[in-house]
Amino acid sequence: MSSNRQDFDDFDIGSHVGEDQVAGGAPGEAPHPTLASELRGYLAGLVLAALLTAASFWSLHEHVIYGPGIVMALIVFGLAQVGVHLVYFLHLTTSPDNTNNALALAFGVLIVSLIFFGSIWVMFHMNHNMIPAKALMEMRGG
Amino acid sequence: MSAPGSALRAGSDPYHIGHAPSAGVPEYTGHGAGGPAPKRIVVGYGFWIFILSDVILFSCFFATYTVLIDARNGGPGPRELFDLHNTAIETACLLASSFACGMTSLAVARQNLLWTEIFLALTGALGLAFIGLEAHEFFGLVARGDGPTRSAFLTAFFALVGCHGAHVTAGLLWLGTMMAQFPAKGFKQTIRHRYLCFSLFWHALDIIWIGIFTVVYLIGTITP
Repeated sequence: MSSNRQDFDDFDIGSHVGEDQVAGGAPGEAPHPTLASELRGYLAGLVLAALLTAASFWSLHEHVIYGPGIVMALIVFGLAQVGVHLVYFLHLTTSPDNTNNALALAFGVLIVSLIFFGSIWVMFHMNHNMIPAKALMEMRGG
Repeated sequence: MSAPGSALRAGSDPYHIGHAPSAGVPEYTGHGAGGPAPKRIVVGYGFWIFILSDVILFSCFFATYTVLIDARNGGPGPRELFDLHNTAIETACLLASSFACGMTSLAVARQNLLWTEIFLALTGALGLAFIGLEAHEFFGLVARGDGPTRSAFLTAFFALVGCHGAHVTAGLLWLGTMMAQFPAKGFKQTIRHRYLCFSLFWHALDIIWIGIFTVVYLIGTITP
């Protein structure tokens, strides 16, 4: 590393306005988006997220979705909203700047899936194969 | 990493990585061909790794909750315990807070102190409202005798939702620090990078909350 701390601390104070803003926008878009376009992005994210949240709560209260399908609908709404947040709020794009972030996210999703669904899978089968507590008590008592 | 004696200034972006090619600036792919990535990219990447590790921590609590949802020891279940109206208001608070945080990012990028402080205050107020509602719910449950010691299900519930609440509380302390540092230190690069990390943290907490209101409150309530 050739740089020292002074470089980091004092670089571009007051200059390069907008140079350092959060990366966003689709590939091919202007490199320095305007306030209006960025605001539109956040507003679109807010509206989409609010709609998906409302859909989640609504699917529970009204009998609009076939009963056994509600859980799947909630999971779909939830995942869609996570996607909306990633794209509109966290600005995770396909730009080269974001390649490492996207790869790290993919790895995180893999680990989270292994932990979450793996636990459910293992514990379901374990509960299935366990002797019920009541029968166990009777065996001990007898 | 740049070689010793390199003329590259830290934090500058001489190769316009990720930007459309323009006159005199060839297109680089972001795979190291154009030199070291800008400081902002590196800082954001590092903090993103931390956030993903935090998400993995939360996935353990989510797995615990889902596995233990029936382990009630004769105690009450989600249907008897949870007030979905409260959850809906909490969700609205946190989503609005996340949006206000985005507005803060726009103000920070334009180095506008007044709007930065206004939107930071709004972000914090909505976060405080969320924590207040959650604390109200928790104290109500404990007062009714349905605290974390009641059943394995309630232990898992308090651990998961409480862990998220603790994160939000820590985020509020961080937010207060940022509100003090912007006027005191100005829009220095370090401070803006610190804010970049805070905004990542705050948006990520909202993403965790999507999982909580879906898995804990909504799916929990329809599970018999």
